[in-house]
Amino acid sequence: MKSLRALIVAAGLVAVWQAIVWLAATPPYILPGPALVLARWVDSAPLILRHAGTTLSEILLGLLFGAIIGAASALTLAHFRPARTWLLPVLVISQAIPVFALAPVLVLWLGYGMASKVVMAVMIIYFPVTATFLDGLRRTDPGWLDLAATMNAAPRVVLWKIRVPAALPAFASGLKVAAAVAPIGAVVGEWVGSSAGLGYLMLHANGRMQIDLMFAALLTLAVIAVALYAAVDRVTRLMVPWKDSDHDSEH
Amino acid sequence: MPGQSEHHFRSTPPAVSVEDARLEFAADVLFENLSVTLEAGQLTCLLGPSGVGKSSLLRLIAGLAPVGEQGRVVCDDGVPAPGRVAYMAQSDLLLPWLGAVDNVVLGSRLRGETADKGRARALLADFGLAGYENARPGALSGGMRQRVALARTLMEDRPIVLMDEPFSALDAITRTRLQDLAIRVLRGRTVLLVTHDPLEAIRIADRIEIMAGRPARLGEALVPPGPPPRDPGTPELAALYADLMARLTAADTMGLA
Repeated sequence: MKSLRALIVAAGLVAVWQAIVWLAATPPYILPGPALVLARWVDSAPLILRHAGTTLSEILLGLLFGAIIGAASALTLAHFRPARTWLLPVLVISQAIPVFALAPVLVLWLGYGMASKVVMAVMIIYFPVTATFLDGLRRTDPGWLDLAATMNAAPRVVLWKIRVPAALPAFASGLKVAAAVAPIGAVVGEWVGSSAGLGYLMLHANGRMQIDLMFAALLTLAVIAVALYAAVDRVTRLMVPWKDSDHDSEH
Repeated sequence: MPGQSEHHFRSTPPAVSVEDARLEFAADVLFENLSVTLEAGQLTCLLGPSGVGKSSLLRLIAGLAPVGEQGRVVCDDGVPAPGRVAYMAQSDLLLPWLGAVDNVVLGSRLRGETADKGRARALLADFGLAGYENARPGALSGGMRQRVALARTLMEDRPIVLMDEPFSALDAITRTRLQDLAIRVLRGRTVLLVTHDPLEAIRIADRIEIMAGRPARLGEALVPPGPPPRDPGTPELAALYADLMARLTAADTMGLA
């Protein structure tokens, strides 16, 4: 039912696209129609897929490292008060620097390869993951903490057995935000300087007036972004089985 | 009923005394020089208007809140109370990601001890929850969840049990059943049960303490006649109920003044 609805929405968007092309009679070098773009996609499939592979790897590696580093930071900040008083302001201020402005510097330091794009993705993911997880860790039901205290539980055990599981729903929503913004980091990195990836392909095609190829690459990026979000959504549901599916454990 | 006696506490429970406790909240003195004794092996109900500091008194016995500079909590056997109290609150405080048995054995899990899951299952079965051993709290009704919480409280097997309005979120029938269950299984322990319901106190208490005023004071403890659970419909208990209501109403007016 849900996938059917997604299919209908996608078909509707393609129809609107086609309608604009017909009504405005846009020349193909401004806005090519869906049929043209699809034909170009089929023609250039090996090229597009190769670049898509690069971008997808950058996004996935960025997500992986961003989630790990973000989770580790949130745990450190939640568990050690000095870390919180000293590092939290730094963390917040660091968000005032636009990550995009750092992209040229990252390319300068880390080169044209994947490393600079992965770091871009990590930097853009890090804050939402850390902030949401830390928020979850600090909002543990005080009743649970009281209960644990009367049960003579050590703070470390309370962190791992109560506060972390209780914060998983918050961590999950952080991951979903991360999945939505990770492609931005990777593609911006590719625009600034690269020799592979969908961002590189789009810039390259644009420069040579291969607008149909540019749109084919853009479409591929959109599909990757949506698929990634859906996959992360699925994974995060598995992470918190007691949410939404409270009735499957009965009897 | 099966296992009628197996929950009874085996060693001698202590009497617990709070002496000269003081609590300030935002420059407002809730109570000072407050003293109260929980008789050994008795169920004491603490009644009083909302916001008078009943929960705070319970929390400071549990070691969850400071008792004030002059204050202290002593047990007549000389062993400190914190570390040997079991705590039960108005909300069940079950962990939503754990099944019933795992919630019942939470104490051992948190202390890194081997959990006696057999005993937890037996407790759940005795509480009418056979077949729900692996059910997560989200799949249970409010009454069932509070029974799991009671099982968790007993699983701790502590001589002192502190309960903060444990049944107030339940409907009347469920509440009555849980009160009866609690009386049966808590016998032989020193219990403090905070409540705002005079009928509950009359039904189940060995002693009733009333906390009122600002700074709060405790009056003379009332001892309802006969063993609990009592039927509050008898003329004698109806008179006691009227007396309690009068005191609580007076207390409420005092609180406003």
